[in-house]
Amino acid sequence: MSAFEKVAAARSTKKLTALDYINALFSESFIELHGDRNYGDDKAVVGGVGLLNDMPVTVIGLEKGRNTLERMERNFGAAHPEGYRKALRLMKQAEKFHRPILTFVDTSGAFCGIGAEERGQGHAIATNLMEMMALKTPILSIFIGEGGSGGAIALAVADEVWMMENAVYSVISPEGCASILWKDSSRAAEAAECLKLTANDLFELGVIERILREPTVENGKMFESLKLLICRTFEKNLAVDGAQLARMRYNRFRKIGAQKPELITE
Amino acid sequence: MDLFTFIKPKNELEKSDEADVKKPFVPDEMWEKCPECGTLLLTTDIEENLRVCSKCNHHFRLNARERVNMVADKDSFVEMDADMESRNIIDFPDYDEKLEKNKLKSGEKESVICGTCKLHGIDTVIVSMNSEFMMGSMGTVTGDKITRAFEYATEHMLPIIVFTVSGGARMQEGILSLMQMAKTSGAVKMHSDAGLLYITVLTDPTSGGVTASFAMEGDIILAEPKALIAFAGPRVIEQTIRQKLPRDFQTAEFVLQKGFVDKVVDRRHLKETLSHLLKIHNYGEVEQ
Repeated sequence: MSAFEKVAAARSTKKLTALDYINALFSESFIELHGDRNYGDDKAVVGGVGLLNDMPVTVIGLEKGRNTLERMERNFGAAHPEGYRKALRLMKQAEKFHRPILTFVDTSGAFCGIGAEERGQGHAIATNLMEMMALKTPILSIFIGEGGSGGAIALAVADEVWMMENAVYSVISPEGCASILWKDSSRAAEAAECLKLTANDLFELGVIERILREPTVENGKMFESLKLLICRTFEKNLAVDGAQLARMRYNRFRKIGAQKPELITE
Repeated sequence: MDLFTFIKPKNELEKSDEADVKKPFVPDEMWEKCPECGTLLLTTDIEENLRVCSKCNHHFRLNARERVNMVADKDSFVEMDADMESRNIIDFPDYDEKLEKNKLKSGEKESVICGTCKLHGIDTVIVSMNSEFMMGSMGTVTGDKITRAFEYATEHMLPIIVFTVSGGARMQEGILSLMQMAKTSGAVKMHSDAGLLYITVLTDPTSGGVTASFAMEGDIILAEPKALIAFAGPRVIEQTIRQKLPRDFQTAEFVLQKGFVDKVVDRRHLKETLSHLLKIHNYGEVEQ
């Protein structure tokens, strides 16, 4: 598959959404929790608590919706500031109760609109980046579809980032890139190639830890093994002291594009 | 000859040849036109006024070094990591040429300069982004330099002042640019947790991945008058919602009103404001 075919696959409406994964992994144990306690409840972000093989976990996902009506209701997975603030509220709650955090990322990007700007889209994302970096509880992010820029990383400052084989993660959409660079959005396929946005590219660049085979609803076994993999990772990280874990998370990002050795010594 | 000139009586001056009229000779570079009110201003007058229009208070754009010179005590700026420069790490088409062109144009190696300086005698770390280098976009080296400046400030228990100007993350370095948002935010957090002061000064324009990371993470966020402060730029929003935005949308004053900026400060009062804030946070006390 070419990079742009991967983009198309990542955007496909046939793809499993965050709620599909949450339902398959948590079944009846998932309880959705709503609202950011400041402004409202953003349906593009789904969050709550549940049990993963008896392990209490906070789970948050960017949800695109599974049919046209749902997609409109959920703004096609493009979150507003209150969505990111809801996510942060739930993550802080997870830290308080020392529960690991699992996030599912699938968005074309944070919403660009008047209300989003007025309510501080930049501020909401910035706050998540800063606070997630210091959370003293394990965080794991899984990219299941589109990983659109700031709107994606706002839920992906994690100890480990995994990607489905047909997911993408990029600083800008291929169309946006082509239209800025060549004033021609029809050259998106070319831009997709240049941006290095496929799971394989990102693994090579050291941005993600694992590429996953995509589970299907029919194949329950695949979810079982995914569940096991997630649990094992959480168990490993729950054994690490919280402050140490946050420090390791910082180092994980610190080394990306680092030109010189670090200044702060412990 | 149209009717108007036909009936208009000619005066002596108009009759004479253009070449005969003695105009004062002023070379072009001595004048600058204010893009806001259109007034022609003498360059020396603008410089004296910290590049603010004396008629309408429009703040002309400054480059990174002009900003540092504006607030740092004379000769107190010591640059850090001046040797760091971007490479074409993901082999992006035409990026090498673009980097070379921007280095020549700006006389800088990257879109940010970092260092230490004194501000009315108070030691501080200072970071200044540069709109003349790829519109202040954040690549890996930009992110790394800023991260290192925060780490230096944390290690030496210093406050930090950051002037932002940026079009956002640099797409020519792909995902690695995006990662700098998280990295710089982590460095800000460590500095913050050490109880140290971080002041942001948002200048025109601050947008995208810079707005969505360290620009919005200051303890105190100042902005220059009329500066564009946005996550998504006005053109992107207009394309998304297919309607024209009001003229003052996303100006510093608008963002202040929405609650995301502490104070809009005229450039001519900025040094005073910064040093006052540093003093209030107990920096610059006489050492025992």
